[in-house]
Amino acid sequence: MTVTVNGNTRPLGDAKTLAGLLAALNVKTSKKAVELNGQIIPSSAFATTPVTANDQIEIIQFVGGG
Amino acid sequence: MDPLIIAGHTFHSRLFIGTGKFGSHDLMRQAIEASGCGLVTVALRRVDLDKNPEGDPLISKLDPKKIVIVPNTSGARTAEEAIRIARLARAAGGFDWIKLELTPNLHHLLPDPIETLKAAEVLVKEGFTVLPYINADPVLAKRLEEAGTAAVMPLAAPIGTNLGLRTRDMLEIIVANARVPVVVDAGLGMPSHAAAAIELGADCVLVNTAIAAAADPVGMAKAFAKAVQAAEEGLAAGPRAARATADASSPLTGFLWQTESR
Repeated sequence: MTVTVNGNTRPLGDAKTLAGLLAALNVKTSKKAVELNGQIIPSSAFATTPVTANDQIEIIQFVGGG
Repeated sequence: MDPLIIAGHTFHSRLFIGTGKFGSHDLMRQAIEASGCGLVTVALRRVDLDKNPEGDPLISKLDPKKIVIVPNTSGARTAEEAIRIARLARAAGGFDWIKLELTPNLHHLLPDPIETLKAAEVLVKEGFTVLPYINADPVLAKRLEEAGTAAVMPLAAPIGTNLGLRTRDMLEIIVANARVPVVVDAGLGMPSHAAAAIELGADCVLVNTAIAAAADPVGMAKAFAKAVQAAEEGLAAGPRAARATADASSPLTGFLWQTESR
């Protein structure tokens, strides 16, 4: 059971929700955006959004840029 | 000069700064503070889950109460990608200002005018304050203004080149016709370039590489801020028009070798 996160295959492990997966990956969710299969998920819904095998997930942050 | 107002927000400095390429976040913050600038740009990238899953702390170093934070769409090659990045920026930080930056060619990094206009039309409808980075094309600038962008951001020279005002003639046409603020972005390498941009009528400049990649970024940020302010004060003081022929500054009478003056 794997998912694709930021372009790389990762084990889904015990994670049932987006919040669970983000915690397992040690991601701090402040000021991040998360896309699940192309849909932006608001942070308020991380805990209630299920993740399943083969999901495509993007975790995006702010960095320096011009 | 009238104060610079973009989308209802008043800026007290005509210098905006990009946050890329600084040696550290502290240097970046010090340079921004030293410059007194009121707007900074940031980029969006994937979190590096192996090296730094907690994420880049950059955004926590910027106080949105003190400074307008404008995410850019750098890396986007199409309108679709830029729109996606703008929506992610809004979701991640609640930011409604977006710098449209669509550069399909990583060699010259020049912006795609067609995709930029397409993206602007969509994002304006979605309520974003859209600041499009464009080549210095007066027709495109007008089309974007008509699409509802809050400003236009024509380039002085390709990104990161420090070449200065290579597009001067086109910038003058843009400035003469624009009804939205004109922010000269990209390619300004020295404080004098920024001053010249303001003197030719631009409302503002955006500088990143010239400050961030300087040996002393804080010193360079201050120098740019002074140059921009000097140009602004010079314009406010009412410069006399240039002329093609000489006009003596010293009196043309009373020369000491004159013998009989009457």
